Amino acid sequence: MLPEIGQFLMVLAFCLAVIQSIFPLLGAQKGQLSWMKMGPNLAWAQFAALAFAYGLLTYAFIDHDFSVALAASHSSINLPIEYRISAVWGNHEGSLLLWILILAGWGVAVASFSNNLPVAMSSRVLAVMGMISVGFIGFMVFTSNPFERMMMVPLDGNDLNPMLQDPGMIFHPPLLYMGYVGFAVAFSFAMAALIGGRLDASWARWSRPWTTIAWVFLTLGIALGSWWAYAELGWGGWWFWDPVENASFMPWLLATALIHSLAVTEKRGAFRSWTVMLAILTFALTIVGAFLVRSGVITSVHAFATDPTRGVYILVFLAVIIGASLMLYAWRAPKVGMGGGFSSWSRESVLLANNVLLVVACSAVFIGTMYPLIIDALGMGKMSVGPPYFNTVFVPLMVPLLVMMIIGPLVPWKNATLKGSFNRLYPVLAAGLLAAVVWPLLMGEWGVIVAIMIFVATGIVGVFIVDLLPRIKAETFAGKISRFKKLNVSWLGMHVAHIGMAITIIGMAMAMGYQEEKDVRVAPGDVVEMAGYTFTFDGVKQVRGANYSSQYGTVRVKEDGELLTTLHPEKRTYDKHKGMPMTQASIDRSLFRDLYVSLGDPIGRTGAWVIRVYYKPYMTWLWTGVMIMSVGGVLAISDRRYRVKIRRRFKKRPSKESQAVID
Amino acid sequence: MMNRHMIPLVVFAALLLLFWVGLGLNPKIIPSPLIGKEAPKFDLPELHNPQKRVTNEMLKGQVTLFNVFASWCVSCRAEHHLLLDLQHRGLYIIGLNYKDEKRDALNYLTQFGGDPYAMIAYDYEGDVGIEWGVYGTPETFVIDKKGIVRYKHTGPLYREVIENELIPLVRKLEQES
Repeated sequence: MLPEIGQFLMVLAFCLAVIQSIFPLLGAQKGQLSWMKMGPNLAWAQFAALAFAYGLLTYAFIDHDFSVALAASHSSINLPIEYRISAVWGNHEGSLLLWILILAGWGVAVASFSNNLPVAMSSRVLAVMGMISVGFIGFMVFTSNPFERMMMVPLDGNDLNPMLQDPGMIFHPPLLYMGYVGFAVAFSFAMAALIGGRLDASWARWSRPWTTIAWVFLTLGIALGSWWAYAELGWGGWWFWDPVENASFMPWLLATALIHSLAVTEKRGAFRSWTVMLAILTFALTIVGAFLVRSGVITSVHAFATDPTRGVYILVFLAVIIGASLMLYAWRAPKVGMGGGFSSWSRESVLLANNVLLVVACSAVFIGTMYPLIIDALGMGKMSVGPPYFNTVFVPLMVPLLVMMIIGPLVPWKNATLKGSFNRLYPVLAAGLLAAVVWPLLMGEWGVIVAIMIFVATGIVGVFIVDLLPRIKAETFAGKISRFKKLNVSWLGMHVAHIGMAITIIGMAMAMGYQEEKDVRVAPGDVVEMAGYTFTFDGVKQVRGANYSSQYGTVRVKEDGELLTTLHPEKRTYDKHKGMPMTQASIDRSLFRDLYVSLGDPIGRTGAWVIRVYYKPYMTWLWTGVMIMSVGGVLAISDRRYRVKIRRRFKKRPSKESQAVID
Repeated sequence: MMNRHMIPLVVFAALLLLFWVGLGLNPKIIPSPLIGKEAPKFDLPELHNPQKRVTNEMLKGQVTLFNVFASWCVSCRAEHHLLLDLQHRGLYIIGLNYKDEKRDALNYLTQFGGDPYAMIAYDYEGDVGIEWGVYGTPETFVIDKKGIVRYKHTGPLYREVIENELIPLVRKLEQES
């Protein structure tokens, strides 16, 4: 009975979304306040229906209700509880329900935090979000019912794909979807502004926090996926340029461009139609991503089981929503003014260069991802595009972008002089050069690519210091602290995010430049030497897990004769997926290096194995840098100018709760 | 009237066209590099009778279906009755039992309606499977009288494939000397 209620709730949510996409919009056009006021209530109702449906589906998984086909094919009696909960989104239908739930959640967030917006604007935003909901809920209702029942109820389920039975996989999809779906908000704001003909600085100020927070989620989601691949796939790699990875990376690149161009639109009123275009394209890429993953046009380890009707549905949805928005753009954009002018050397021009580079980089990734499809569509055979293409094209585009991050923060808006900008930069460039010469030498060998990366990363940190010092100038230390506390939070957020990027860059450069790896055949007792560490292989034994049996290796790691740590790389064979053994690398992490051991294959039945040993310097910096980047994003949206009107509203009716909300 | 604000729309339309064509294609069909080549060498114990050996020489002399299966493979169950049917229609089928426990494999054959295989090579380690480029069970190969691989089907067999591709090919190969 419960699954049928779930199905009913989905249909209910669909109907609510249809109403939400019509009445608030009509109300805004005709000035009907009562129709506009329906928006927030509908958003809440839609969210409630979907949350309830999602809860019912999760209950079917937890309760082992194998009459629900989805639970039967993606869960099993022996599956641990945390994976039964995450198994709900470890498949096409369930992940789509999560996607829609998150979309409705963003709708509720917009409805709740839009009190400082003109009601016509927030109504149009909610209406556009309603239209997106109609598309996605319809996709689920018409092609992918997660509550489908089985005629013959199996005694046990098929178990979750072993690849997804990993802690990293529990959080990766929800975070990624929070980011993906969040760009629907930025898109809705852009559409609402186009419909209302109000493409101005206040529109940019309203949509900036939404774009940034979605970007934060996407950043974390991508990083978590990468972290998972690093620990789980056993190759020591963390990015594979897989089509589905690219599908999440392309919106990230454009969203990064969008964040920067929104800054220009808010501060200077420039780049307006370009910013709208970016908002449309970022959102379009999230739907293209859904199309690539869910339609089967591209093969990837991530792809879901495929069904042509699904592909057709998403394609039609993509055509309608993006086609309509591009038409709206073509109609409205010519009437949008140019905004504030700027000279060829100014903050605006640096950010323009940033945008061009990011968009070109995104296009390069796009072409590489689509190329196999284009070749196949032209009947010219099958081929794949691998890391060599992406690395060759992508890295050279990133270097000038990183250089912009050094220069940008010191260049004033509107009009600047080259001399004025560079006078303050000399110490930064000197520090960068010094680091670029010395740091690689400390690692043992000087290499040009590593040196360039270290130069830019040091420069990015250096420019923060140069930018900061005049702002906290004071006689005493206490005075400096008090001035630091008064700093503009979003200015600080920008620098923190940039520094996060710099730290990530150092992590990448060091890990790629100075990693050591060995594939060795070892018998129990054999020793592998690497980077001053001694790895002793103590053999492999059979261990039983909840729903798998594991070949559990033991490797002792010594440094200077002293036991440092004991690593346990595993190879797991899941009961229901014996053809798919899973590698669990074992990693000892520290600030300056990871020691990474994974099991290859046994050699006969002698007890000897092939093992892979990696020494990866600075890997921790890569992940830490991403975390800092996200903190920067959160700081940037904590700026009080985004809450100004809310504060005023609360002042009228002060209460204890609202005080807590403000500070 | 074409203006620069229409350009995105045109690019987008081209992209939609590409996706539309792409939907009709199947990226999963990857031609096996083995086709047209001699079957990989192997020498494995027979599942029922470990003293007996099954080797690639036994693929020669008649048209053979070489079917990779395992008891843990759910989609193998789906095609099992079709293999039995093919055996009744006179096809010569050699099995490769892939990464399986012997007891499980024998149970599987009795449980799902019988043994369609003339003989079964027992590939416990999975090494022979790798030689054959197995990346998902079940897989089915057609080998001609000279021991040359002529056809490969990945995934469970189904009626259309059998009637439209497999049987016509086998009958044609049987005519060859």
